Amino acid sequence: MTLQAYLTLAAMLFCIGLFGVMTRRNTIGILLGIELMLNAVNINLVAFARFLGDVSGMVFTVFTICITVAEVALGLALVILIYRIRRTAVADHLDLLKG
Amino acid sequence: MAASGNFALWAWLAPAVSFLLLSLIVPLRRSGKPAAWLSIVISAGALSAAVSAWRSAVPDMARRILWEWIPVEDGVLTSVGVLADADSTLMLILVALVSFLVQLYSLGYLSDEPPASLGRYYAYQSLFAFSMMGLVLAPNFVQLFICWELVGLCSYLLIGYWYTRPEAARAAVKAFWVTKAGDVGFLIGIVMLWSRTGTFDFSELFEMAQGGSEALTGLGLVMFCIYLGAAGKSAQFPFHVWLPDAMEGPTPVSALIHAATMVTAGVYLLFRTAFLFEQAPEVLAAVGWIGAFTALLAATLACVQRDIKRVLAYSTVSQLGYMMAAIGAGFAGAGFLHLLTHGVFKALLFLAAGAVIHAVGTNDIFAMGGLARRMPQTFTVFLIGTLSLAGIPFFAGFFSKEEILGATWEGGLTVPFAMLVVAAFLTAFYMFRVVFIAFLGAPAGSAASAGHGSAHGSHAPGHAHDAPAIMTLALWVLALLALVIGVGFAFSHPEAEFAAPGWLTPLAVGVAVGGIALATVVYALGWISSEWLFRRFALVGEAAMERFWLDDLFALVYRSGILGVARIVGWVDRYIVDGVLNVLSAWTLTLGDRLRRIQSGQAQDYVYGIALGVLLLMVWMRWPR
Repeated sequence: MTLQAYLTLAAMLFCIGLFGVMTRRNTIGILLGIELMLNAVNINLVAFARFLGDVSGMVFTVFTICITVAEVALGLALVILIYRIRRTAVADHLDLLKG
Repeated sequence: MAASGNFALWAWLAPAVSFLLLSLIVPLRRSGKPAAWLSIVISAGALSAAVSAWRSAVPDMARRILWEWIPVEDGVLTSVGVLADADSTLMLILVALVSFLVQLYSLGYLSDEPPASLGRYYAYQSLFAFSMMGLVLAPNFVQLFICWELVGLCSYLLIGYWYTRPEAARAAVKAFWVTKAGDVGFLIGIVMLWSRTGTFDFSELFEMAQGGSEALTGLGLVMFCIYLGAAGKSAQFPFHVWLPDAMEGPTPVSALIHAATMVTAGVYLLFRTAFLFEQAPEVLAAVGWIGAFTALLAATLACVQRDIKRVLAYSTVSQLGYMMAAIGAGFAGAGFLHLLTHGVFKALLFLAAGAVIHAVGTNDIFAMGGLARRMPQTFTVFLIGTLSLAGIPFFAGFFSKEEILGATWEGGLTVPFAMLVVAAFLTAFYMFRVVFIAFLGAPAGSAASAGHGSAHGSHAPGHAHDAPAIMTLALWVLALLALVIGVGFAFSHPEAEFAAPGWLTPLAVGVAVGGIALATVVYALGWISSEWLFRRFALVGEAAMERFWLDDLFALVYRSGILGVARIVGWVDRYIVDGVLNVLSAWTLTLGDRLRRIQSGQAQDYVYGIALGVLLLMVWMRWPR
């Protein structure tokens, strides 16, 4: 397996995640898309660590996973709070930042 | 031995000490009387130092004490210090003497003032004495100009001493503006002179003039600019309009600043720089003509005034015209001599008028009448001053006035000479008009004086009496001085610079006596009614009543000229400067309004934006170049 194969996989995964983030109406769907994108990054890091023989990539991946966990916990908590207050979790309805 | 310079320096710096004490120590200033006494004692010290400076001055030998002031690359641009010679120390005595007497007199005249105001008054007086002495002793144009402006400031402050009265505030501003108009010319003249000669110093300029330096040829424009400053300060036509209005200040101030010292600064300047003016004969001729014209014009104006101080003010303008005429004729010494004698007797007249105003509470001569019996001392000294001013032999003004007439005749200014003779006639006439109406005429009824109450409360003329001793002391000192000078000149007068024709003395005395006789006939004996006389000269009289429309002319120039420019500037400011800013801000607002539409508030739109941006960056990175 070449490096390119891993990178292609990561790019595809990233694009799928991005697509999800941009198109999903449900906030939880968007969060899922973000997870996919982060994992694409993780694949990249691991692949480079493996092929360049540098362990720091692996270490970074562990960090990323930790942060992702925290991020998901925080994100879901926000979604639940928003749902409680506004009775909706659809992204189109959440436009408080409109200028 | 520079003793003369040292004494002059002490005389100059003494008032500065009292000014600093009064201005910095606030409780002292607010205490009133102690502040006044401090200032008076210090000015007495200045007077004695000035007398010592004069006694130790050596003729034809100037004592200089200089400090370098503005250093430049090659030497010193200008210095500061004193230049003490026989002339400047004599002028110093006049300034110190009148300043001392006026401060003493003011203590009585302003006794009703609140202490804080009195302290303020004496602080101004000290500043004035310092500035005026600095002007007199100035060794160069720069120090002279600075002191020149300082005395102008003091004049402004003291005219506006009763600043709550709108007329006083207006008169102060008017005096400041009109003299400033001349001072602009003065400053330009000084700088132009410096750019030609490279020095401000009088002594160096004098040496250059003696050596016939190339740099001093064709000085016409420069000297005219310098003359403008002198004309503004010394109230020459057409700048004389400020001086009569300056009478809104307290009378002692009028005596000191607007009769004896500050207004003569212009004459003194011309006298001091006469060697430069000699390089520009055409300017000198203009000085003479304008001086004589001013003398005549102001004399006619003085004939129709009702206000005793205004009569004296126009008379001052007229006498300043005399001095200028003598300088213009090329005999600056005659003008300077008249400056000194005039300083004594005009200060005397003003202080006597102040005593009268203090007693009767009005300036209107027709509301006085019969004061000779009730105020015998004041009447005596006023009469001495009047005779001096009219040019009667054995009084101070006689000799100096005759010398001026002789100087203009010798100088070849025949028409100005005639003007001055007519002005001398009018001088005697209007002064004795005041004497007959105010002092000798029938006492004015209470009806006449009603409604003329001034700041001094409502003393009825019937209860008028001589001023307190502190005021009459100053009057008698000046009166005796006027007599001593007059009698002294009669026996040993200074050598004239020219030989006056023999018919001059009879002529001068003749016109003076003629003027007195006419005043006697009209106002004392009543053989000719003043209305009839006025009708005979209706054209001049009416014009004089309207001040020859000069004030109106100034107002017109001000309105159409300065206000017109102000309107144009205002329009440019409103529509062009403000307009550009308004357009810019309107554009900013519109642009902002358009831009805010892209802020949809939808998080996913922002993700689109970011993704698109990253895509564009990648394309740009990979673009073949």
